[in-house]
Amino acid sequence: MRENFFRFLEVMLPSADYRNMRIVIAKPGLDGHDRGAKIIARALRDAGHDVIYTGLRKTPDEIVGIVNDEDAEVLGLSTLSGAHDSLIPMICDGLRGASLGKVVVFAGGIIPERDLDMLYKSGVRAVFGPGTPTSEVLDFLDEVTIRNQNQNPTGVGDDLGWNWN
Amino acid sequence: MRRIGELLELAKSGDRRSLSRLITEISESEETPRFQPNSTWTLGVTGPPGSGKSTLIGQMMKHWVSSGERVAVLALDPSSPISGGSFLADRIRMDGNDLGKNSFVRSIPAGKTPGGIPRRIIQVCQALSVCGWTRIVIETVGTGQSEFRIASLADRILLVDGPERGDIIQAEKAGILELADVIAINKSDLPGAASSAQNIRISLSLSGNDNREVILVSAIEGEGIEELISSIESCEPKNTTIELTMRERLLSEWDSIIVSNPEIDEIIAKLCDGSITMSKAIQTLGKSIDHGGDLDF
Repeated sequence: MRENFFRFLEVMLPSADYRNMRIVIAKPGLDGHDRGAKIIARALRDAGHDVIYTGLRKTPDEIVGIVNDEDAEVLGLSTLSGAHDSLIPMICDGLRGASLGKVVVFAGGIIPERDLDMLYKSGVRAVFGPGTPTSEVLDFLDEVTIRNQNQNPTGVGDDLGWNWN
Repeated sequence: MRRIGELLELAKSGDRRSLSRLITEISESEETPRFQPNSTWTLGVTGPPGSGKSTLIGQMMKHWVSSGERVAVLALDPSSPISGGSFLADRIRMDGNDLGKNSFVRSIPAGKTPGGIPRRIIQVCQALSVCGWTRIVIETVGTGQSEFRIASLADRILLVDGPERGDIIQAEKAGILELADVIAINKSDLPGAASSAQNIRISLSLSGNDNREVILVSAIEGEGIEELISSIESCEPKNTTIELTMRERLLSEWDSIIVSNPEIDEIIAKLCDGSITMSKAIQTLGKSIDHGGDLDF
């Protein structure tokens, strides 16, 4: 019983170097499906992060504005409409233009494999397709934390070359 | 601290990135920064979940911005008691992003600090005032005393309820109804709103010379907003509200002095092993007041 209690504490209490992040989850463009975005938002919240959800149909400018005003460190973009190839690079450019180059960008939704390289080149650090376990997104964020501690590039404005997938 | 001074100057000149960073720095800084705004205008908005507070604030923002005000909203949502994380989604309903540079919305997780008051929220309001934000709104989930404490940090309180919810009875129990300056019954487009408003008016009339207004609004249709705003603008903070506000500010400052004392973990450990008494612990923790820790800007 006592042992179980301590195991419980170990699982529930964040370790010493754990720090919660402010994360914006956004739905760019004309796309009305947000179940995936909400599942990710919930998983991040349950891992102790502060998650700001933008709601549906935001323009790239609006998303950049929200990331700025919320002073978020991470931006997750969910798109299922097929417009990822134009919207996501626009958002990445917008972030760099607004001095938000330290923000870490990841994407999810319906994104064909042939588009991955283009997204990485625009500054996206991870792309999560359908069926990804939510724990993988948390593993990605842990990796980002470690890389940030070692001052390795993770942000949308940092040097390219590292991505999760 | 030098960083806060620099960010403040940049934010005053209209740099949005610096404003956003400034709020984070104020919330996280070890010392308590002091700002000296000429005047601050703050409104606490509280009411039961689902009563339409965010949508109503969105409408008020539009109205204020079109009449030349600069509106900043601090939207509080609860934190999960288990993970400590939060899902902050108030801004979805505020639609404030297309109002351009004269509106600003920041989501804040409540309940990370004891008493449920987000760290340094008063200083954040002061800094926003110094940066030229003329209408500052603090939105809380008005379900309990701690949320109400946050609303009472503002100079005036707007209580929002929906039709036929019966929640206003709960508000009455918690004393929120007594302390609200303006009461809005939202969703006037739905049946039952008028009778809800009437019930509240009756309840207010029981205490004699209570002439507070109960205003019917429909946030979704945009009806009654002008009347609501003029009622909010014309209400003078009451003496009871001023006293209550000061009391809450004092308690909140005290909390933050204790919590931010570097010796706190050591003292808690000593309390656990019984090597000091509670009153000794309070004396030690309170001493940091003499050390200052305040920085003026």
